[in-house]
Amino acid sequence: MLPRFWRKIKYRYDIVGSVCETCNTKYYPPRNFCPICRRRSSIKEEMFEGKGKVLSYTVVHDTPEEYKLEKPYIIALIELDNGPVITSQVVCSENEIRTGMRVKKAFRKYFEDGEDGIIYYGTKFVPDED
Amino acid sequence: MKAGVVAYGTYIPRFRIRAEEIARVWGENPENIRSGLGVFQKSIPDIDEDTATISVEAAREAIERSGIDPERIGAIFVGSESHPYAVKPTATIVGDALGCGNFFHAADFEFACKAGTAGIQTCLGMVKSRMIEFGLAIGADTSQSAPGDPLEYSASAGGAAFIIGDKPIAEIESTLSFTSDTPDFWRREGQPYPSHGGRFTGTPAYFRHVISAARKIMEENGYKAEDFDYAVFHQPNGKFPVRAARMLGFRKEQIEQGLVVRMVGNTYSGSSILGFSAVLDIAKPGEKVLLVSFGSGAGSDAFIFNITDRIESYPRKPAVWDKINQGVHVDYSTYLKLRKKIKMK
Ligand SMILES: [Zn+2]
Repeated sequence: MLPRFWRKIKYRYDIVGSVCETCNTKYYPPRNFCPICRRRSSIKEEMFEGKGKVLSYTVVHDTPEEYKLEKPYIIALIELDNGPVITSQVVCSENEIRTGMRVKKAFRKYFEDGEDGIIYYGTKFVPDED
Repeated sequence: MKAGVVAYGTYIPRFRIRAEEIARVWGENPENIRSGLGVFQKSIPDIDEDTATISVEAAREAIERSGIDPERIGAIFVGSESHPYAVKPTATIVGDALGCGNFFHAADFEFACKAGTAGIQTCLGMVKSRMIEFGLAIGADTSQSAPGDPLEYSASAGGAAFIIGDKPIAEIESTLSFTSDTPDFWRREGQPYPSHGGRFTGTPAYFRHVISAARKIMEENGYKAEDFDYAVFHQPNGKFPVRAARMLGFRKEQIEQGLVVRMVGNTYSGSSILGFSAVLDIAKPGEKVLLVSFGSGAGSDAFIFNITDRIESYPRKPAVWDKINQGVHVDYSTYLKLRKKIKMK
């Protein structure tokens, strides 16, 4: 758990994904191989824009123990501006979320490994509409 | 070498609770709280927010607005009394989240509510001595208070981040500190909530330190109260900064813009610098600002800032007051849940 998360800090703390320079397909989470171009794939790391819109979402009521305080929470498919479609939590209420909603990245806690364990941080999304 | 604030950013969590709602639960007269404490509502962090997340959000705003490459930031200091870890610096999390690379100096500061301004002074020293090109100083807190304690009306959450360097939007003309061993407010290791000396917190603590630091910096630089366009004092409640301003000869108009405590509460390490950020939001070239922080224990850091022409091209929207005036009000039980004050198994 700990080493696995630690290795991915860069990609969780911000939206660092990858792009295949051969076919220009963008990937998040990053891949080191493009399934379209296969042997011709040329992968480069890229920081994607932290803004986008909700394509679809689901409200999660049946949560694992460590997310009990956040119940219900929302998981959405988000199309990043000039970027790929990614899956992320959107921090807002059930009444607010809707398809097409503009969202932006936010640095938040994912979960805590008990009272004496490590705190896991990463990128979530919040509404970006005034 | 002229140095000072080259960029600033702020973050205030989304939730608010009104003083009336807290007073309702504890059987207090809400009017007494509003008029006695001068705090009408306060901010509350979300369940997945803490000092590290607030620090990152505030710093990202400063970086985005200034366009400074994070790898050019040579030092990060996070001042807070609510660091997520007792051992493991918040500054390490902030540095990685901002993409500062690995070659930067980092440390967490603690000095009650003035740990953020202590970071600004340290960055200034490092910039002026050319140890670093840019330094990042953050003051952020998600302060806890015991249920039913008077502090519950004011202890709130938020933060501000400042990038210090040359070519500033607000040049630091002068800074000094006034420090003494004063037991006005403390928290022992392992205790969840702080203790305070009740009425002792006023005269020997807040007023002695704030007034002494303010008088000294004005005297040393040959300024009087009327030479400043704005003054910002640490804001543990809505009363103390107003009285301190009056004692020093400042008018209401000089402090109003930076007096954010009534609507956001005491953001501790974020308090005076959030007020200062609200002033930067509207400040014009040539204006002069006095900032005096206060941290229990106790000490005050005083600064004289001169606003430069560069502020006109610095993006300043959304402003601090825009962020304060947004927000979703919650009831006391939601507040208890958000602050994890309900004991669960
Ligand atoms: Zn490809």
